[in-house]
Amino acid sequence: MLAKLFGLKKKKSEKRDASLDIPTIPRQTGSPLAALTTKPLTAVRVEPKTDVLPQLRVGCAQSVGMQRDHNEDAILTLTTLAATNDSYLPIGLFIIADGMGGHKYGEIASSLAVHTFAHRILDKMMLPLLEAKPADPLQEILESGVMEAHRVISKEAPGSGTTLTALLISGRQMSIAHVGDSRAYHIQPNGEMQTLTRDHSLVMRMIELGHLTEDEAAVHPQRNVLYRALGQGDPFSPDVSTCPLPEAGHLLLCTDGLWGVAAQEEISSIIQAAPTPEAACQQLIDAANKAGGPDNISAILVRIPD
Amino acid sequence: MAIFPSQKKSCYNLPVISHKSTQNLPNDDKDATQQLVSGATIADRYLIQNILGVGGMSSVYRARDLHFPNVTKLVAVKEMVNRALDPIVRSTIVRNFEREANLLASLDHRSIPMIYDFFTINERSYLVIEYINGSDLEALINSSKDFLPQDRIVRWGIELCDVLSYLHNHKPEAIVFRDMKPSNVMINNQDHIILVDFGIAKPFQVGQRGTMIGTEGYSPPEQYRGEATPLADIYSLGATLHHALTHHDPRLEAPFSFHERPIRQINPNVSEALENTVNKALNYDPEERYQSADEFKNALLEAAHESGLISQIPISMNSGPKPGETIKPVWEFKCEDEIRGSPTYFNGMVYVGCYDNNLYALDAKQGAFAWKYPTEGGIVSKPAIYQDSVLFGSEDFRLHAVYLRAGKVNWTYYTKGPIRSSPFLAEGHIFIGSDDAFLHAVNFLTGRHAWRVDAGSPIRSTPLVYNDLVYFGAEAGDFYCVDFTGSIKWRFKAKRAITSSAAISKGIVYFGSVDSTVYALDAKTGWVIWRFRLNKPTISTPFIQENMLFIGSVDGAIYAIDTTSAKEIWHFNTKHQVTGSPLIYKDSLYCGSVDGNLYCLEYRSGRMRWKFPAKGAITGTPAAFEDMIYIGAADHHIYAIIA
Repeated sequence: MLAKLFGLKKKKSEKRDASLDIPTIPRQTGSPLAALTTKPLTAVRVEPKTDVLPQLRVGCAQSVGMQRDHNEDAILTLTTLAATNDSYLPIGLFIIADGMGGHKYGEIASSLAVHTFAHRILDKMMLPLLEAKPADPLQEILESGVMEAHRVISKEAPGSGTTLTALLISGRQMSIAHVGDSRAYHIQPNGEMQTLTRDHSLVMRMIELGHLTEDEAAVHPQRNVLYRALGQGDPFSPDVSTCPLPEAGHLLLCTDGLWGVAAQEEISSIIQAAPTPEAACQQLIDAANKAGGPDNISAILVRIPD
Repeated sequence: MAIFPSQKKSCYNLPVISHKSTQNLPNDDKDATQQLVSGATIADRYLIQNILGVGGMSSVYRARDLHFPNVTKLVAVKEMVNRALDPIVRSTIVRNFEREANLLASLDHRSIPMIYDFFTINERSYLVIEYINGSDLEALINSSKDFLPQDRIVRWGIELCDVLSYLHNHKPEAIVFRDMKPSNVMINNQDHIILVDFGIAKPFQVGQRGTMIGTEGYSPPEQYRGEATPLADIYSLGATLHHALTHHDPRLEAPFSFHERPIRQINPNVSEALENTVNKALNYDPEERYQSADEFKNALLEAAHESGLISQIPISMNSGPKPGETIKPVWEFKCEDEIRGSPTYFNGMVYVGCYDNNLYALDAKQGAFAWKYPTEGGIVSKPAIYQDSVLFGSEDFRLHAVYLRAGKVNWTYYTKGPIRSSPFLAEGHIFIGSDDAFLHAVNFLTGRHAWRVDAGSPIRSTPLVYNDLVYFGAEAGDFYCVDFTGSIKWRFKAKRAITSSAAISKGIVYFGSVDSTVYALDAKTGWVIWRFRLNKPTISTPFIQENMLFIGSVDGAIYAIDTTSAKEIWHFNTKHQVTGSPLIYKDSLYCGSVDGNLYCLEYRSGRMRWKFPAKGAITGTPAAFEDMIYIGAADHHIYAIIA
């Protein structure tokens, strides 16, 4: 429909004007094409009275792994369904953070990151929405959430650092705010996986430049070295972007304790086969532990409503 | 937690002399960092005046040396701040501070500050150094809206090469500075550089999983592997010069991505020789860079000589047609007044409105006159074609429907104000705005009014219909989303007029405003997803292609913005306002400017392919069909140009 309408506006140059195919009276559901009328236009498409509510189904799981004694990862999930007027708008906020720094600073950093960021989104986006007040542009809120988390960590836990990957679903748009090497993936119904984030790691940069292959990166001694992380380095800029929510499939957020340990094919097949997102996450954690569990493991899995 | 790559035995880090801070910790953090207060005297000699800067491991103060009571002798006092919890790290910081003091004491160069004193009181260590009057290069870059003069930057580059050469040739061991970046380069009042370093040697942290480097964007790849050789300083100097020349901070970008931001594309005044020099220093492979600071210096001198340090010759960025070659139109047609609106192509004919009150229909191949239809007001509206008629608005208050074949009137529809908006067709109805502040929906077949919506202020933008909703902006700054019964679904308010029309892609509606902002809103809910600030207002309608948005501005530039991240991809400067809208046809972007030119740019890179000079301002949007571009100008002509 859009292409057709756009065709009307932009490309008058096409041989046959697409507008000739549009019926000359507004379509009315149920009635056959009536005779030409001069009555004023009142309604066109009547929306069906009962909408299927698009609900996000979420699962998550964590494990300290097989070789660590405490967990420096932090996660947060928040799903709401905002119903205003006659429209239903699912909103989901999913955050994952992987802390580093030893002396307990790692878990402080990741926890601070997640809480500070979530607080900002709730304060600047969700509350105004509930109060029917105008809000700041969404991407500016996300960016300020990351900068605030960065500021708090630099102050409260100096010397520590953490990754932060946050996924915000609002209606049919998906926004991602990201720093570090935790990842967000889209898994299509047929099992294909696409990475939605870019690792801020040295080895990823070298892969992008063509100096390293993915296989070499997987065993590179410095594969954990990041050039950007919360709490580290000033100035600082996170990746923030918005794109349409995929039509179907799953969205996975995970730390490198999962993606760096379990093979992508295994991750994909577990997600395809599991009956619920919760079961899938549990199995993903088990798979990473079975492969040695060298690091903390965290995963959040969201099933996109059809 | 920065990792400090292991040092080779023969290379030392230049100790840190810090005057200026690049990091601004909040002022209420006194307990953590600031240990001295203004008015305090330390060692019975140095009277602290104010804090100059704070870093992770040290603070720097300006102080007065009381041993010179009759004059005001100013010094910089650097205090080591040691908040490390781990004992190994603590002693490392102390040892580094001492080593630096010793090393500094042994250096003698006009670009390295002098050290006067070093002592420890109550477990706190202090370095007293020469006070530099001036500001650091990072502050200079940030405070200057325009690019700094090329000749100054080259001169600083030459001086930096000089001091690097001194360090690299130091006996018995070469010194690698390792921390070359704009915040470590002070420019004194005589415009000479002094190399300083803020933040004493970063503490060594025992490697853990997830160890990181605060790379800061100026470090070369090999520095991560702990291989810091003099060639690393060459790279960092190249990075510093790149930042100064382009105003793009490499710390905000992915590492080693300088080639993605070519210098002359961002700052066309830079000479090719200088660009090549900096690029060579920025080679990923150390072997490909200048092999010594002296080599780099000579290259800079040559580049300066070529472009003339004294008289700067601005080098034009336009790599368009070869000299002597000018773009000629296939045909041109003269009307009796300015053409301010946009032409429309359909079925072998070009339709365009003119300020002489006529709508012209011309044969597209030869520009031959077919017919003209007179109205009683100027026409800026872009005509729309539907079935057998061409529709357009005129300043004579009417929406006209005219038969394509012979230019005879089909019907006219009256509004109560001049029409400057263009019509949009959907579902057999024409949607058009008017200066009478209403959005009108007119039934095509009858020419009769279907409904109208009160927008509160004149509507000059073209409405857009998508998913049975109508989107349009008005002169008071309101943007509306209205359904087919005329009821408002949502409304957004910008600070100034929205004269540009909207574009929709992937569920997001984009438009610009006279408040100098491009907005991206969720088409269904009206939530603002992002906004992009231009320098000046825009009335241009954005064009979306893939994930790129193209728009012109009154500041004379055509912008390409990434729609997912809201970051600028490139911008192209014309010589006057860009009030028309861009069009992408095949792989080129076409856009006119008030400077009289129609520009053809490669849309991915913003590089100019060619430009066509009309003899008057171009304020409309081009139309394209079968490798021909049609555009009108204020010189009363319509032109047909090969794409």
